Amino acid sequence: MSGYIVQRLIYSLLVIAGALVLVFFILYLLPGDPVLIMLAGTPATQETVDHLRHQLGLDQPIWVQFIRYAGGMLRGDFGTSLITNEPVLPKIVEQFPPTFVLTLTSSLVALAAGILLGVLSAVHPNRPIDLAARVISLFGISMPTFWSGILLIQIFSVHLNWFPATGSEGWKTLVLPSLALGLVGSGFIVRMVRNSMLDTINEQFITTLRAKGLSETVIMYRHALRNALIPAITMIGIQFGELMAGAVVTETVYSRQGIGRLLADAIMAKDIPVVQGVVFFTAVIYVSVNLLVDISYSVIDPRVRRSA
Amino acid sequence: MKSAVPAESVMPERRIGMPKKREKANIQPFTFSGILYIAAVTTVLFIVICAAVPQWIALQDPTEMKADAILQPPGKTHWFGTDYFGRDVFSLVVYGCRESLLIGVASVLFGGIVGALIGSLSGYVGGWIDVILMRLIDVLMTIPGLLLSLAIAAALGPSLFNIVLAISISSIPGYARVMRGQVLTVAQRPFVAASRSLGANHAHIFLRHVLPNCVSPLLVMGTIGVGSAILSGSALSFLGLGVLKEIPDWGTLLSQGRGYVTVAWWITAFPGLAITVLVLSVNLIGDRLRDWLDPKRSR
Repeated sequence: MSGYIVQRLIYSLLVIAGALVLVFFILYLLPGDPVLIMLAGTPATQETVDHLRHQLGLDQPIWVQFIRYAGGMLRGDFGTSLITNEPVLPKIVEQFPPTFVLTLTSSLVALAAGILLGVLSAVHPNRPIDLAARVISLFGISMPTFWSGILLIQIFSVHLNWFPATGSEGWKTLVLPSLALGLVGSGFIVRMVRNSMLDTINEQFITTLRAKGLSETVIMYRHALRNALIPAITMIGIQFGELMAGAVVTETVYSRQGIGRLLADAIMAKDIPVVQGVVFFTAVIYVSVNLLVDISYSVIDPRVRRSA
Repeated sequence: MKSAVPAESVMPERRIGMPKKREKANIQPFTFSGILYIAAVTTVLFIVICAAVPQWIALQDPTEMKADAILQPPGKTHWFGTDYFGRDVFSLVVYGCRESLLIGVASVLFGGIVGALIGSLSGYVGGWIDVILMRLIDVLMTIPGLLLSLAIAAALGPSLFNIVLAISISSIPGYARVMRGQVLTVAQRPFVAASRSLGANHAHIFLRHVLPNCVSPLLVMGTIGVGSAILSGSALSFLGLGVLKEIPDWGTLLSQGRGYVTVAWWITAFPGLAITVLVLSVNLIGDRLRDWLDPKRSR
């Protein structure tokens, strides 16, 4: 098992190094001069442009810029904000916990709702619960998060006054954003769990268990579910990254603190070091979560341990 | 010695490993799923008509601002109400179809074609090319799709082309992986080996034998991808990266109407509903396409 973990760890580090290169090149090699984009709309002389370009090191050869950038990132220096002149990494670290909490609660909502509905749908095919689960799943993956967020505000904040519409303090401010984000994730998980359960139910070992006289409840929820959960865990690992990205929208809708809001504001202000920093930081978290998911396979599925 | 028991009675209906008998796919219009499918196709066709000839559907000018009709609720004159400038929301939603649909379809075409090319090369040629391309794809997948689109759109600036490019790039890894998997599977088939042994060159084998058998999953993925691309495009517009035009697209409408949610729910409700209905319809069509093209019948 340790061999498997080391293998996945090395792969993750390589992929993070690749992400570092990708983030650098996204913002520096695509068409358009970053300095002109930053200064768009403001009266700027050629001297100002040259000064800013020199300040940012953009007049250096590209390989020099990349080495400076990569070296800084590895030392924990994500650069300085062009707007506030403050170091970027401490700002990201300060804003990360609210986003992490939101993403975690949304993942739990997605997992709980997705597994429950997926299992019920598979165990009672072509019944009303199956239809309801499939409709909820379809709506979950079709509704834009920003619209479901606004709808939840209209219903639960404006009309019912049960939960606040904005803010980051207290557990009540977490409910509506988690539901809005979790609905999207649950849509994918319902489908995954349903299909996985249906595949598992048709396996021969299930027939054997029935022949042994076990009750349907024990067969479904103790034996079939465990096998069906592996794809769901994969999905939540992938969904964690998508949910973190979705937090950009949700934090904007609910005016919550977090790296999503930090990113959205940085994009509006053309604050490229902050954009780079947040995107790379998110990539590192995403890869780390998927590494944990991969490791959890070896715990759940002994075949993975043996093959490593 | 001849068996007293007829062979047919001891033969299992289905041997392990034998593919299930392919059921004939049909629309079955009078089942619930059949009705849903027909509704989905009708909805998409209607939205395409709205995008092509909006002036036939929305009879009011979407840019006309009526000072005496600000923030009016839905009624006989303004079916979806009016916004804070007195513009008819129904006309805004109808005219906004075009950009959303364009972003969805263009992103899938560009991302799908580039992804398919990369996946084909990787799967068919193999070796170092496969390793390098798939590692590049892995790197592209480390950044969640929306964030990658956001970063690219922010770097390029707001324009329709840039948004399409941003969304396409983030969708390339998915298409590349699916295509690679398909090419790897099909290239192992006996008919490909037979063609090779008859002296066919690689171009002939790939274009005549491999590619046509790999297209089905891409078609399904592309159809469902239109929905995802529309959602991504709307999200980028909502966050302020959309194209600033006289007639805002659906995402921009939602963003602008957000501040009036307590007094005018219709400004955000109808554009959001339009996005949901379009994406839902596209997903339903994609699901049905997958059922028809998948050799294993879905439940």
